[in-house]
Amino acid sequence: MSRAPLGRAPLRLVLPALVALGFLILPLLTLLQRTPWSTIPARLVEPKILDALRLSLLTATIAIALCLLLGLPLAWMLARVDFAGRSFVRILVTVPLVLPPVVAGVALLTAFGRNGILGGPLRELGITIPFTTTAVVIAHTFVAMPFFVISVEGALRAANQEYDVVAATLGADRWTIFRRVTLPIALPGVLAGVVLGWARSLGEFGATITFAGNFPGTTQTMPLAVYEALQVDFDAALMLSAILLLVSVAVLALLRERWLGQAAQ
Amino acid sequence: MNRPASASAFLDADIVVRRSGHIVNIALTAEPGDVVAVIGPNGAGKSTLLRALAGLLPLDEGAISCAGDTWDGPATKTPWTPQERNIGMVFGQHLLFPHLDALDNVAFGPRSRGAGRGESRRTAHRWLETIGVADLARRKPHELSGGQAQRVAIARALATDPTLLLLDEPMAALDVGVAMALRFELARHLAEFGGVSILVTHDAIDTMTVANRVVVLDEGAIAQVGTPLEVAQRPRTEHVARLVGINVLRGHSTGTDVRLVDGSGLVSTTPFNGQVFASFQPAAVALTLDEPTGSARNRWPGTVRSVVAHGAAVRVHIDAGAALIADVTPASAAELSLVPGRQVWAAVKATEVTVYGTGADNSEAPLPSRHV
Amino acid sequence: MRRAPAGVLLLLAVAGCGGTTLTSESGSTLTVLAAASLTETFTELEGIYEKDHPGVDVRLAFDSSATLAGQVVEGAPADVLATADPRTMATVTAADATAAEPALFATNTMVLVVPAGNRAGIKTFADLDQDGVSYLTCAESAPCGAVAGSLLDLNQIGSPPKSFEIDVKAVLTKVELDEADAGLVYATDAASAGDTVETIAIPGSAEAVNSYLVAPLRRSEHLGAARDWVELMLSEKGQRVLRQAGFGPP
Repeated sequence: MSRAPLGRAPLRLVLPALVALGFLILPLLTLLQRTPWSTIPARLVEPKILDALRLSLLTATIAIALCLLLGLPLAWMLARVDFAGRSFVRILVTVPLVLPPVVAGVALLTAFGRNGILGGPLRELGITIPFTTTAVVIAHTFVAMPFFVISVEGALRAANQEYDVVAATLGADRWTIFRRVTLPIALPGVLAGVVLGWARSLGEFGATITFAGNFPGTTQTMPLAVYEALQVDFDAALMLSAILLLVSVAVLALLRERWLGQAAQ
Repeated sequence: MNRPASASAFLDADIVVRRSGHIVNIALTAEPGDVVAVIGPNGAGKSTLLRALAGLLPLDEGAISCAGDTWDGPATKTPWTPQERNIGMVFGQHLLFPHLDALDNVAFGPRSRGAGRGESRRTAHRWLETIGVADLARRKPHELSGGQAQRVAIARALATDPTLLLLDEPMAALDVGVAMALRFELARHLAEFGGVSILVTHDAIDTMTVANRVVVLDEGAIAQVGTPLEVAQRPRTEHVARLVGINVLRGHSTGTDVRLVDGSGLVSTTPFNGQVFASFQPAAVALTLDEPTGSARNRWPGTVRSVVAHGAAVRVHIDAGAALIADVTPASAAELSLVPGRQVWAAVKATEVTVYGTGADNSEAPLPSRHV
Repeated sequence: MRRAPAGVLLLLAVAGCGGTTLTSESGSTLTVLAAASLTETFTELEGIYEKDHPGVDVRLAFDSSATLAGQVVEGAPADVLATADPRTMATVTAADATAAEPALFATNTMVLVVPAGNRAGIKTFADLDQDGVSYLTCAESAPCGAVAGSLLDLNQIGSPPKSFEIDVKAVLTKVELDEADAGLVYATDAASAGDTVETIAIPGSAEAVNSYLVAPLRRSEHLGAARDWVELMLSEKGQRVLRQAGFGPP
């Protein structure tokens, strides 16, 4: 269609939109422009960088898997089960969202650190969580879960609940209703939640460094590696940032606008 | 509250539901093969009745039993869930699962009740054939027209072999022509259906063609029961009167003189003493601009509310204290230049007036079963 | 505390100005960037400075020396920079961002700290090599990390730390919280932590000394006040504060 039937897009909307677009894209373009591309192939095989990349991808994926396993049922409960204090619980779930990441890290220490509520007893058993890859996964899951739950709960609430009623009259129990009706219909929203959570996890810094620490191969994820490089070698920092940027773009492209667009319906 | 004498009615429902200031209090029985039309104005309790029967709404008092099972009652600790009651439900919107094709939609019920995938698909295919939409089996709901989707929805509800079929205004969202075609088919399927069908509708034609008895609800209680013909010929509520298109007025009759509720008088040729309904056909109403001088003893001044074509005649709605319907020829309508706001006189001959008792206890009588 | 005579102030202002106005330094802000290990001492010096120079509001920013140096090189608007080692200061002078030759104002040696109670039972530096002992140091890009690394090598500690923290304060905090069995920090940090940690000497630490440098910055718009700050740090008053905190003499 070459002509918009409702008329041309008004300038007072188009102009700010273009500014916003430029604002978002410009730093990414300048980053890529300043990156010393020629050095990348040599640097890419440095174990430290490969380690950081591998660790970031691994922990983000495990974190999002945990979000699916634990966060999906939570989102379902908030959207479909009427229990006392539900609105309060909904607020609680959003709190980690507004928490500064470092504060989140401190909170995780008080719970899972060597002297924490849960960490203390674990210490007696010889298990220490901080400074391990497990700690990274915990930190990532903690910050990504609220994004995931809120996104999925929104999708579940938007989906017509009458389908659940229909399925019940046809004889399906609640587990079957969830498995065969609710979840398939809300799938685009779930996928959007996965993308959000994965992305948040990939960029996680404050909680990770506070709770899990910074050790190459074990806890040094890409953002931590970038921060460390920033202090001594700006070029290395540029390079790491560019790699992370490209990997993220590749993943988003793979998931395709189709899935993200559907979630908006 | 009257309980039916035959305690072994197939469907025996005694429903009391209190909701935000309204009370719904309905007692209802039915036998296999009955198709019960439930009609009434908005807010009368029709949807409440259906949802209570389905188990989607808890009873505050009363009991429901069907095919020998007690679904809910004073003695039951937990009422049977909708899944446990062997029901089928069809809604005004088809509500087909958007992510499944027609075949899997129809197969959903049997599969949920334990049948294997192959078996339930075979059952689904059989039902799609019966309903006449077998060629649509692989289509997704968004690829179906309104009428096709509703047919699939009916097949889906019937595929589980329910004992109780609940239909909530199934034709409401369809075009007139589509609804017409579907109505004939639905009447046929429901006549063949072995269980009880309860059909909530706003449509007089549905009531006449599909159902074998009618329950009229008003303000949460039963206002009238009977066969479609009985209810249409002698409506006891303004809603039904409007629905079937005849004039019904309430009053107190002494001999052939009826004192109407608004104070005016009406003369009939049927002597009766007591509270009565007085009804007359729209075609029996004569309209004039000046006060009539003829033999019609019943006359009221009023204002024209609307003028619409009605088959070969013109139907005029008049506000004359009570709401009146008059059918006139197009020629008369033109002659009188009938337009909304016009002041007219409406007159009816005494011989055209039918008078029948209100019978306050009629509303709780058990529905006469076809098998009695 | 002696109030600097007005005449001295005026002289210094005249001496310090390149293009700054002579009229007043009052009502202005002095931005001081300092290495994390200078947190307590500089906060105290801020009080002293503001009392001596009413009208000047001192703003302090603490971070790892490398981060701060990087910011200055990228053009951050600040008046004074104090780093925990010569290497990071060198990057700043190389970028021609300093307004004067950096002055050495203190030294710091490293010690090993363990949580109060010493649950892991660490007695000497060599105990870090034992199985099951977790210890922390700064990242090697920070001055404290470089020194710590050399001390670990010197003492032939083979097992690696559990984490390379971003700055020395993070190391100290985690040891205080008993999240690690030990940590390599500055003597000043150990002093400031008081009872929450116990200190163990590191063999060879007297030779591996961190030199602290301070310099006013070329971008400063309050060079007079900046030079005053440097004066204060080198003065007897300032040195006393530093000594009390555990810093060594320049």
